[in-house]
Amino acid sequence: MSDPDITLYRLQACPFCERVVRSLDEHGLAYRSRFIEPMHSDRNVVKRLTGKRTVPAIVDENTGVTMSESANIVEYLENTYGEGA
Amino acid sequence: MDLGFDVVDLPETDHVAEGERAPDFERPLVTAEYWEDVALSELTDEGPVVLVFHSMDGAFPATYVWNEIRDRGWTDEVTVVGLSISSPYEHKDLIESRGIDARLFSDPANGVAERYDIVNDLDGMAGISEPRPAVFVLDADRVVQYAWVAGEWPEFPDYDAVEAAIEDL
Repeated sequence: MSDPDITLYRLQACPFCERVVRSLDEHGLAYRSRFIEPMHSDRNVVKRLTGKRTVPAIVDENTGVTMSESANIVEYLENTYGEGA
Repeated sequence: MDLGFDVVDLPETDHVAEGERAPDFERPLVTAEYWEDVALSELTDEGPVVLVFHSMDGAFPATYVWNEIRDRGWTDEVTVVGLSISSPYEHKDLIESRGIDARLFSDPANGVAERYDIVNDLDGMAGISEPRPAVFVLDADRVVQYAWVAGEWPEFPDYDAVEAAIEDL
């Protein structure tokens, strides 16, 4: 199995996460999904990465970027991998 | 164990046996913090693996097996992974409540047990089957070095025999 550069930390059925998935798909980007816990206080893996307990969050090893907030992520993907990039 | 009556015998199976290459599969693999799709072959690429099929999380055999594995410290010696039909959410709870230092595959549709021919159709739970209790010790080529599959219900692994197989790896 290939090892994609992008890891998406997501919560099942989270609309903000699905928004990021749509953007990843639109740009034809391979990604690995890691599903985390609904309980906010249990989201230590995301907290360690981004400093926050919110999802979605992505780690892009291609650029070294780690970020959260779906609007920011979608903008980042567009700027990095979109047609204008 | 002498109960004074016969426990239920499970039918003969043509399960994956010693010397065979264990079928590969990909399922969500649950850690204490998250889950992601992982193939068994990704794990064996890193070295030997002990694959433990167990009853659904919450059933006492699952608790007993993981308590024993934890107390024997197998996870210090080798990569140990479990598999049951429980959802990733239940696996996370089991890992936490039993202090399990191992990752657990989630296979609610029981397809892996079908491929290994170790399906246990559960009497009185319509529409649900799960794997028979089973342990496979795999080398880095995914070849089965030791196999144990329950022939009775319930039945527990021969932990000493598994441990000997781990030492022989």
